[in-house]
Formats: sequence, structure tokens, C-alpha cells
Amino acid sequence: MSITRNGRIAAGAMAAVLAGSLAACSGGGGGGGEPDEGATAEEIEAALEEGGIIDYWTWTPQAEKQIEAFEKAYPNMTVNLTDTQGAEEHNTGLQNAIAADKGIPDVAQLEYQSVPQFQLPGQLTDVTGYGLGELEDLYTPSTWGSVALGDGLWGLPQDSGPMALFYNAEVFEENDLVVPKTWDEYVEQARKLKKSDPDKVLFNDDGNGPGTVTSMIWQAGGKPFQVEGDTVTIDLADEGTTRWAETYQQLIDEELMSDITGWSDEWYQALGDGTIASMVVGAWMPGIFEDGVPDGDGAWRIAPMPTYDGTPVNAENGGSADVIPAGADDKVLAAGFLKWLNSDPESIRVFMETGGFPATVAELGSEEFLGYESEYFGGQKINEVLAAGADDVVEGWSYLPWQSYANSIFSDTVGQAYLDRTSLLDGLSEWQAENVRYGEEQGFTVDG
Amino acid sequence: MVAFAFAFLAPVLYSLYLSLFRNQLMGGNQFVGLANYSAAFTDPKFWDGTGRVLLFLVVQVPIMLAVALAAALVIDSGRLFGKRFTRIALFVPYAVPGVVAVLMWGFLYGDRIGLVGWINEAAGSQVLTPFSREWMLVAIGNIVTWEFVGYNMLILYSALRTVPGELYEAAAIDGAGQWRVIRAVKLPALRGALVIATIFSIIGSFQLFNEPNILKVLAPTLISSSYTPNMYAYNLSFLGQQVNYAATVAIIMGVLTAAIAYVVQLRGTRRDS
Amino acid sequence: MAHSFSRPRKSVVLTLLMAGLVVYSLAPLWWLLVSSTKTQEALADSFGLWPAGPFALFDNIAAVLTYQDGVFVRWFGNTVVYVVAGAGGATLLATLGGYGLAKYRFRGRSAVFATVIGAVAVPGAALAVPTFLMFSQLGLTNTMWSVILPTLVSPFGLYLMWVFATEAIPTELLEAARVDGAGEWRTFFTISLRLLAPGIVTVALFAIVATWNNYFLPLIMLSDRNLFPLAIGLASWNADATGVGATPVFHLVITGSVLTILPIVAAFLLLQRYWQSGLSAGGVKG
Repeated sequence: MSITRNGRIAAGAMAAVLAGSLAACSGGGGGGGEPDEGATAEEIEAALEEGGIIDYWTWTPQAEKQIEAFEKAYPNMTVNLTDTQGAEEHNTGLQNAIAADKGIPDVAQLEYQSVPQFQLPGQLTDVTGYGLGELEDLYTPSTWGSVALGDGLWGLPQDSGPMALFYNAEVFEENDLVVPKTWDEYVEQARKLKKSDPDKVLFNDDGNGPGTVTSMIWQAGGKPFQVEGDTVTIDLADEGTTRWAETYQQLIDEELMSDITGWSDEWYQALGDGTIASMVVGAWMPGIFEDGVPDGDGAWRIAPMPTYDGTPVNAENGGSADVIPAGADDKVLAAGFLKWLNSDPESIRVFMETGGFPATVAELGSEEFLGYESEYFGGQKINEVLAAGADDVVEGWSYLPWQSYANSIFSDTVGQAYLDRTSLLDGLSEWQAENVRYGEEQGFTVDG
Repeated sequence: MVAFAFAFLAPVLYSLYLSLFRNQLMGGNQFVGLANYSAAFTDPKFWDGTGRVLLFLVVQVPIMLAVALAAALVIDSGRLFGKRFTRIALFVPYAVPGVVAVLMWGFLYGDRIGLVGWINEAAGSQVLTPFSREWMLVAIGNIVTWEFVGYNMLILYSALRTVPGELYEAAAIDGAGQWRVIRAVKLPALRGALVIATIFSIIGSFQLFNEPNILKVLAPTLISSSYTPNMYAYNLSFLGQQVNYAATVAIIMGVLTAAIAYVVQLRGTRRDS
Repeated sequence: MAHSFSRPRKSVVLTLLMAGLVVYSLAPLWWLLVSSTKTQEALADSFGLWPAGPFALFDNIAAVLTYQDGVFVRWFGNTVVYVVAGAGGATLLATLGGYGLAKYRFRGRSAVFATVIGAVAVPGAALAVPTFLMFSQLGLTNTMWSVILPTLVSPFGLYLMWVFATEAIPTELLEAARVDGAGEWRTFFTISLRLLAPGIVTVALFAIVATWNNYFLPLIMLSDRNLFPLAIGLASWNADATGVGATPVFHLVITGSVLTILPIVAAFLLLQRYWQSGLSAGGVKG
């Protein structure tokens, strides 16, 4: 039960408005939108050598070790780490700091889906002027696309979350299921499992998973949200979205999925005892299985995402970037740290050593990474599967500039279709209508 | 004194001020007069939530107060074994933080590993389904009752203790039975305390927030973001960034609550004199 | 004792009925207590209302106290600060205010009365929002003050003290004191305060509970974990089980909850005598 989940997102989101409205009078918070003056690579390097102090906010478990390595490379630098523990709390803290124009970190982590929300009100620094745009080729196109929005570059990718199918091989074997390659096969397996063991389900969704659903629409080729300046286009009935909805509708109508609340103790237990026999989720999940689902040790395996026609297609689920808030004190040092953190091989090595899933092409293709055999997953070379997925991510996806609000009303609209076993498309169109209304109220030109 | 009045007036006044504006992500802040109010009066989500707390009010509050009253009378009657323990045990839930309370009930309501699941298994069918459209409000009512029944019991019980002994003696001399004593002596003595308890329960119902908001995590599709007016105001301002409209909703609710509480108090005190 | 003239017979039926109510009250707490003795694994695997697996209460307590460099202890300390400053201040202000309103006639008194009733009625969660906005303009968010200042203002406490002071202190007594030439402050300290004592304890205790269990206000005001009170800290541990980098520690949440409830329950039991007389001696006679 994540009690603060909604509340914290909420508090953060509101602070964002505040920040927007206060920026004008506080002076320090403004300035987003136009590219920063910037600095050359030499100037940045010189500044790092000379040294200084910067504040870094993150919930990445590996951050401490990364900073150690950084301070070794630049002995005059000191990085003050604030461990913000999780994305929601992190956003709250960041928004509050921006709102109060006090204690704003120089570098901060930010989920990909939250980037537009901070970027649009001008709360992030365009790092193009610091020469970071040249790093484009280092990263997978989809992660780069999440930080290069509009005309600017708003940070660097830290990790990625290409999706994969996690499944309980023991349950599959006992019930004679095959690992599905297409969604049709997946639905077929779900029916089969329901017949042979009614206590188990192939799929779980509590109706409050906008993150998973948007990723699955993404995978189905949907592009329901398009942002162009202050014009937003919403079409939750486009071809891809409809394709996803029709598949999913079968799981709902035939009661092929359970609705255990995600991330609750009951949910962790259900993953451990085989009640939930599979899930589709980002590549950051294996570590959580190892820590949170000890009972599933040895039972789980990872397979590529099922697709609609059998050819590999994928989407990102979760993952985050590092950004420089517009109100950061020392942007030159911040840019230097940002660059080192997300492109220096040493930093990425440390990040991966302790279970991080990278966003950089070189590391995703390295033999050491791909050859890793996970004991928990029965000795499977899981990274081969996960990394392969990163190549197939559909390009051109974007989130709404008010994604956290949209997510908050997801269960009011789309979620109702789960509950009442009614049409998902109706739920989606209701979600769309609410978002159109909201966007217009907020002064956007909304097409939808 | 002035500072004191100011300290809680300031947010109210600030809300009033906010309710006259509209702030957009794109387009900034502008004065809109009473537009937010007229929007609220035609907002189905707002009235949906208001209707729900009214329903909650007319069902949960009487039940809770009736149980509290019965418990207070029983404890006061002296016909109980373990009176002190009972009193304390009933009161303890009040001291439990709402977060923890919902955590506990969330477990008990669980239909897999929870008590409800266990009962259903024993009964062989789904007799209890707290997480369903029909029963969700009842489940919330149960948690609220659990939290506050002991508190109300204590208020009523304390009032009973102030009844002068002579009244009982007089009643005994008149040969009044137990029920008659309750009707003629105890209930009149309780009226003041009942009015207070009712007013605070009404206010509590209108402000219903913590329980549904925390349970929403467990039942996201059953508890909408506008389930109660208070949740609506909260979500409007924190997730929807519509601070001004949220302030409007808060003010309307405040006025409505104050009006009802005032009426109850007037009635209560008029009958007193 | 109000009616000790005849000792009524004990009734088994009534006792059983009340026992049912007691079970209702205590069952969730029993679950909490039982669960706090279980390991994380046993917690998920076993029936909740009965102990199972290795007895891990002391391990759990140790884990709670040391997890994340002992942040729980810090939260405990914060909570104590909030309670002492917030609830203490609230009690003081409510006492002075309620007394003043009850015993001094001044212009606009009825307006103040209406305002207080109104303030009790305005949804707290709704007020939290403008309060947050004001505070962030003043740069107070994410400081201890942002939690303490709003808790200082307790319309309910003020209301209770007002009613209590009206009932408990005979105006004639004050007038007599004034005739004797005692100053207002002296009157207050020598006469009124003593009479008000049960009311003060009651208001204090309710303010303590409100502060101890305060969830909403610190939730929106604070983002620095080092400033959290217990209720928020526990909720944040609970939320740590979610999303990328999730670390489920449900056993710590549960044991932490037990440790959070204990002091407040103990305070109620210890101060029982005072607050019961406070409630009965007029505070709620209406």
C-alpha cells in the first residue's frame, strides 16, 4: 500500500503551478525556454578542475558510489547528495524548492514522464549551450527523445526501461502454457490458465496503472498525445490505442485478470506464490524481484514483449533522466557533473555494477553486460532479452504536459471499464474528454 | 486575541481572495469574479461528492452515535463486568493514527490474505465484499465508526457522570425502572453532549477525507478523485493545479457545513431552554 | 460516585454484547501486534490474526530503529518537537483565547463567535491548500515552522475552552476578585487557571493526539525526510515499495506503527483521570 503515492505527486504538481506563478516575482526561477548562455567543453572542464560544491538530488541507489568515483576524478569537487528515496517524494521536494526558490539542487533526477511538466513552465535549463547535444549518439533514440523536447535539450538520460514479459516458468510448466509471442497468444494462454487453475491469473491490473497502459499503447503504435508549443493534440482512439484496447478488452471481459493493488504486500505475495503468473514491465524490474519477491527465486524468467503481429516492437516503461533546474546556482559545474554522470564510462560502469539498467548504446551492447547470468532468474542471460528490447522502441511518443493530472483521473475514467467490465474505448474517450477540458482550462489549445 | 483571530482568518480570507481568480498554466492569472462559484454550482462532480457525504451523514452518524450512546449507557449502568477495561478498549482506536488505521483495515478487508478472505473461505462464498461499488462507502463508514465510536462514547459517558445522584434517588423513590430512568433522567441530561457530538460528527462527515483518500490506493477504481468534496478540492489543487477552483469548493463546503452545524445547535439549545 | 445507592446486578448479556464491541475495537490492533512479531516473509505467508514463523519482534524493533541510519529515531524526535511546540502552543492559545472570550465583553464578540464556529466547520484539508500557498510565498515550506504554526491554531480547542470557561468559572468570582483590586493577570493565574485545569488537560491531550497523528499538513508542507513526523515517515516507508528502485519493508512499517501508537496510548492511560474530569466537568454540557 503506497499511501503517499498520490498525495506526493499531488503536492509536487501543485507546487509546480506555484513556481510558475511565482517565477515572475522571484526572479531566479524564470528564464526557462530560452537557451542558457552555456559554456564550452573546455570551460566546463576547467571549472571542474578548479572545483566547487554542487547539490545533487536523486533516488538512484547507485548514486553514492557514482559520486565517490566522480570526486576521485575531480578531487576539488564536492557533491552533496540528497537521497530523495523515490520519484514521487522527489518531485514534491523539487517542486517545493522551486516554488520557494530556496534550496534548489544543481542537478536532479527526473522521470521521463515528468520532464514535460517541469520543462513547460520553464523550470529546467536548456543544456544545449553546454555542448551536451553532441552526446546524442551515446543514447538509445527513445531515451534521447524523452529529454530532447521542442527545440531544447532538457537533461541527459540516466537509465531506461524497455519493456519485457516477466513470467513464472513453474506456473507455465505446470499448466502447460507456452511463452506467447503475440498478444493473441497471450490472451489464449490466459484462457488456458484460467481453465486449468482458476486460482491463478496470467495478468494483473488494478485499474490504476496509467504508466503501464500508456506504455502498452505506445507499444501498440499509438501516439495519443502530441505536443507542439502550446497546442496539444489528444486522440485516444487512434489506430494503435484501439489495437491495444481491443486486446485488453478480452482480458477484462473474460475475467482473465486480477485486480490486486499494485505494489501492495498482497501484490508482492501474489508474485511470489504464482497467483500472478506474468507481468509486463520495464527492464528495471529484476532487482525488485530479487529484493521484494524472495519466494519467486528461480521461478521467474524474462521473455520479449508479445507483439501484435509477431515482429518485435517495444516501448519504454519508467526510467529517468538527470536535469539542471532553471534555478540552479552553478550551472557550469552542474553541466559538468551531469555530463560525467551520464556519459563517463566509469560512472555508467558503477551504475550497472549494482543493478542499474543503462540508456547508453555502448553499454547495452557490451559483452559483459549481455553475458550476465542471473541466478534469481534461473541462470538466464536476462540482459540479452532486455537490451534487445531497447532497440525496438517505437519512436515519436510523447507524454502530456500535465501527465500527473491525467494519471490521477485515469482510474476515474479508464479504470471504470475494468471495474464494470464495460468498454475500454468508452473509458478512453471519457479520459480524453476530461483531458481536453482540463487542457483548455489551463490555456492550451487542445485538439481532440 | 487579535493575532489569534488573524491566524486562522488569514487562510480563510486568502481562500476567498483566491476563489475570485483563475490561474492557467498557459496564460497566467486573471480576475474572474464569481465565475468559479457559478461553475461549482453546476459541477456534477462537486454535487456527486456532496451527495455522497450527505448519504454518509444520514447513515453513519446516527449508527455511530447510537452505538456510542448504548455503550455509554451500559457502562454507566454498572451492570458490566470489566467496566474500566471496556471503556479504555473502546477508546483506544481514537489514538491510532489514521494512516495506521487504514493500513490495518486494509488488511482486514483483503479478500485474499485478509480476514474477509478468511471469512469468505469459511463461508464458501463471497459473503463480504468491502471492495465493491456497493459496499465501499459502508467499508469507509465502518473505519470511521471504529475510530470515533469510543471517543463519542466517552463524551456521552462523561456527561452521564455529571448527573446528580439525587435525581436517581428521586427516580428510585418513584419506583422507576431501568428504562424509565434512562428516558426520564439520563437522556435529558445527555442532550447537550449529544448536540455537541452530533455537530462534530456532521463536520467530520463533511470533511471526510483521510479514510477514502488513503483507501483509494487500495481501491483506485472505486474511489474517484472527487469521491468527497474535500478530496475533490485536494485533487483539484494538488494534482489539477486548479488552486482557485479548489478554494471555491472549500469555501462552499465550509459555508454549507457551518450552516447545518448552526441549525443543529440552534435546535439543540432551543429545546434545552 | 453519582448513584451508589443501589448496586445493580451484573448482567452477563450486556457484558457479552460489550465484549463484542471490545473485540471490534481491538481486533485490528491485535492484527498489528501479531504482525509486528513476524518476519517479512512470514507476514506475507501466514494468517494475519495468529502468530507464525520465527518470533521476530525484537529483530523488527532493532531494524526499525536502525533502518536508514536510524531515521525513525529522528522522526520520533521531530514528532516530539511538533507535539511540544505545536500542541503546547495550541493549548496555551486556546486557554487564553477561550478564557478571554468567555469572560470579557467586547465589541464584535458575537462576530468572533460566528467566526470560530465557521472555522471549526471549514474543511481542514481545504484550508491546508491556501495555507501551503501562503507559506510558500513566505518561504516557510519545508521547515519545522510550516508544521508548527498551523497547529498552533486550534478552533476546536478554542471552542472547547470557551464553553468550559463559561461554565467552570463563575463570573461573580471574577468580579469579586476585581473588587478586591486584583489585576487581570493575577486573577487569571490565582483563580481561573486552577478552575480551568481539567479543561486545559483535555484540550492539551486532544491537541497532542491531533499533532501526533497529523498526516495531511506535514504531507504537503515537508519534503525533507529529516523533518518528517512519524506518521509521514511510516507512510513514506510504505510508499518505498512502489515503482523503480522499490524496496518493500512492510514489516518495518508495521513494527514502526506499533512503536508509534504506544506512547500516545500510554499518555491517554496515564492522564485518564484528568481528561475524564475535564470532559465531564462542563466541557460538553452544552
